[in-house]
Amino acid sequence: MKSEINTNFSRRNFLKTSVLASGGLLIGFNFLQSCKPEAKMPVDIANLNFNDFNAFIRISDEGYITIFSPNPEIGQGVKTAMPMIIAEELDVEWDKVSVAQGALDTKNFRRQVAGGSQSIRQGWNALRQTGATAKQMLINAAALKWNVDASSCKASKGIITNTNGDTFNYGDVVKEAAKLEVPENIALKEIKDYTIIGKNAINVDIDKIITGKSLFGIDYKAKNMVIASVLRPPAFGQKLVSFNAIEAKKITGVIDVITIGERVRKFKNSGKRSWTFQISDSDKVVVIAKNTWAAIKGKKALSAEWKIDSKGESTAEHDRILTEILDTNKLNTRREDGNVNNAFKNADKVIERTYHSPFLPHNCMEPMNFYADVTSEKIHLTGPVQTPESAENVVADMFGVDKENIHVEMTRMGGGFGRRLYGDFVYEAAEISNVIKRPVKLLSTREDDMTTGVYRPAIKYRIAAALKDGKISGYHLKEAAINSNMYGIIPDFFPAGCIPNYKVSTGNYQSNITTGAWRAPYTNFLAFAEQSFFDELATELNIDTIQLRLNLLQNVKGTTDKRIQYSGQRMEDTIKLVREKAKWGKTKQGVYQGFSAYYSHNTHVAEIADIVLKDGYPIIKKVTVAVDCGIVVNPTGAKNQVEGGVLDGIGHAMYSDFSFENGKPKYKNFDKYRLIRMQETPKVEVHFVQNDNDPTGLGEPGLPPAGGAVANAINSALGKRLYRQPFVNQLKKESILS
Amino acid sequence: MPNYTININGKERIVEADSDTPLLWVLRDELNLVGTKFGCGIAQCGACTVHMDGIATRSCQMQISILNNAKITTIEGLSEDGNHPVQEAWKEIDVPQCGYCQSGQIMTASAFLAENNNPSEDEIREAMHGNICRCASYNRIEKAVKVAAKKLQ
Repeated sequence: MKSEINTNFSRRNFLKTSVLASGGLLIGFNFLQSCKPEAKMPVDIANLNFNDFNAFIRISDEGYITIFSPNPEIGQGVKTAMPMIIAEELDVEWDKVSVAQGALDTKNFRRQVAGGSQSIRQGWNALRQTGATAKQMLINAAALKWNVDASSCKASKGIITNTNGDTFNYGDVVKEAAKLEVPENIALKEIKDYTIIGKNAINVDIDKIITGKSLFGIDYKAKNMVIASVLRPPAFGQKLVSFNAIEAKKITGVIDVITIGERVRKFKNSGKRSWTFQISDSDKVVVIAKNTWAAIKGKKALSAEWKIDSKGESTAEHDRILTEILDTNKLNTRREDGNVNNAFKNADKVIERTYHSPFLPHNCMEPMNFYADVTSEKIHLTGPVQTPESAENVVADMFGVDKENIHVEMTRMGGGFGRRLYGDFVYEAAEISNVIKRPVKLLSTREDDMTTGVYRPAIKYRIAAALKDGKISGYHLKEAAINSNMYGIIPDFFPAGCIPNYKVSTGNYQSNITTGAWRAPYTNFLAFAEQSFFDELATELNIDTIQLRLNLLQNVKGTTDKRIQYSGQRMEDTIKLVREKAKWGKTKQGVYQGFSAYYSHNTHVAEIADIVLKDGYPIIKKVTVAVDCGIVVNPTGAKNQVEGGVLDGIGHAMYSDFSFENGKPKYKNFDKYRLIRMQETPKVEVHFVQNDNDPTGLGEPGLPPAGGAVANAINSALGKRLYRQPFVNQLKKESILS
Repeated sequence: MPNYTININGKERIVEADSDTPLLWVLRDELNLVGTKFGCGIAQCGACTVHMDGIATRSCQMQISILNNAKITTIEGLSEDGNHPVQEAWKEIDVPQCGYCQSGQIMTASAFLAENNNPSEDEIREAMHGNICRCASYNRIEKAVKVAAKKLQ
């Protein structure tokens, strides 16, 4: 990139500018780097490397604005919402802004990640500062040209004005602006002055999506590219002994059949970046073909012999082991307040319930795939991964290549849900390309994805409450999970701080089945267990279930306990909003309601499900949702996330079952494995709590409360408590559902 | 490999492919029409839906050798410039999240509405039941089909 900059730069160095050879101004900003104290001045301004930046604003001489969105897009809407925040402070008209996916920088940044509902929350300040700083530079440039004081100039909708009535478009002054010092401490807009934030902005890729343009990793093509289909062990615990490729090689279009595994295994065994290596140790057989159909057919035509490397596990065995963990109290205490033992000893009554969940595959609609071109000089990687930085780091280490020589392009992703946090398919694609010395696109089938997944592990919760004088005096939540336990801050969610004697303890069992994060990790099931349990406690205490929550929340208000993650007041406001909007307790005859509220990923959510009975079967008609995510950046996108999260939560709680027999997954495609479909969906009505708090994310928080709201509504209608997901199995067993 | 002449989006195209190649992979790999998506490969998710003589059809199960002279329409050929009433409705309602399943949804909806432009809510839900949206944008799909029906009336 050519640079003509000869003026000073801000010491904070979060923003760099460059005049483009083609005209116009490029402003680069590293919005998380900006917070880092070690940020350094560029040594050689003439050789500014804009690859160092994870987002850009480009302003052409004609005033056209392009904003490069930094984070991967998995359907959570950040490619629309993050540029909106920049555009607001830059003060341009949104419909004149084009948005493009930004490139990856692995040198300076830690969070070009899609995960944890954190993009908007963590980007909020820096994205605004960037837009505002760029705007001030444009104003300063205009003031210099006019020879007036910058403070007498204003900018709005891409036009700068002064008190004499002169005007400049942004494009008129970009060249001058690029040469100015980057100003610091620019005042940000007041919320009341927002013209973009808070207004609906349609998905920036909508035109491409509705006309079928190439957008996704699976659509990516390159010269000389071949397709690879990978045969992995059919059961967890197995390893490849031998294979026969004679039939596969007879198929027209099959180029070769190879094995891989060595390089990935070597890196995995090094223990580095172990979290990302949810991948089998076995060698894998790879069919290389000219086209996808030949690759798929070639794989089917392979025969292979597998040996048992470690014991194949079964769901019945997991059930027994997890129950044993809960029974024998081999648990680690994660948080304890007061004296839980005493509370239970002195209780009038103790209620204890156990909740069960199955493994779950992610089932992104776009199957796992990745393009890799590994040569001795450079490595090119393109495709859908939620953690492009991590993928690049691993590939660099795998091949001993300097990261400078690796180029990663991000594509729009056909869903993520946590599956694409793990880069196994990237490493495999790179290993294949390295063996065949050609550019390759690895493509998984649905069967590959469902049977060699990185599953949400099966978990059991046992919750006990001590009741004394009509109140909850003690609470003990036990978790038994496979491979790993709830992450650090979850024990500090509700009802921590609400109940004087409170304890969370966890234990786990190490399985050879690969597991990982799944949309709203841990809380996706924990919220159901906890919110069902509180509903049952309300019945026991003979108090309205919402009133019970509100009473408890009074205890956490004004807490000095810094560990507490949620706000008592914000949760109360959210609950009251949903109570009002859903007309709690005032519904028509024959409508049964269930309530659930949960805080996760920095966002407070409360939901009320309405169900009716049709010939004795429960039909979920509607879910009313109240959400406190602070300022709502893009209402249409925000609502879309919540609507989808609620339906996703209901779908998996109701229908999705998964199990193993001798290490072999029970289901492999959508003929048997059930995802929610349209006829099973209720209407979701979303309301936002209005406040001026900084925005938080929405990819995940709508999901956790949904299962509990439905279970509690089913109890209202049928007097049946549900303890095991998917609900459909219990309802069938009891002949409630056909 | 044999050659097949097929009618895609109003044009005759000659492709060389194995006789059992599903139309899905002919479209995606040979004709670079990548709007038609691969989801399950067993006609259960609807991501690969195209129109075959106007009828919504799963292209992953449609072998190239048995297409005969059927007229195939893909998402790329649904309208000249993305202005089919169903596409317009999808935009108006801001339906997509990840967007991957949406061309299949649009193809199912447009074939259905061509037969019935005044559907009841139950009819819409039944017609769209075969298409999975993993992001669960179902409320908006349903709403957009209603809006599109109005445009078509």
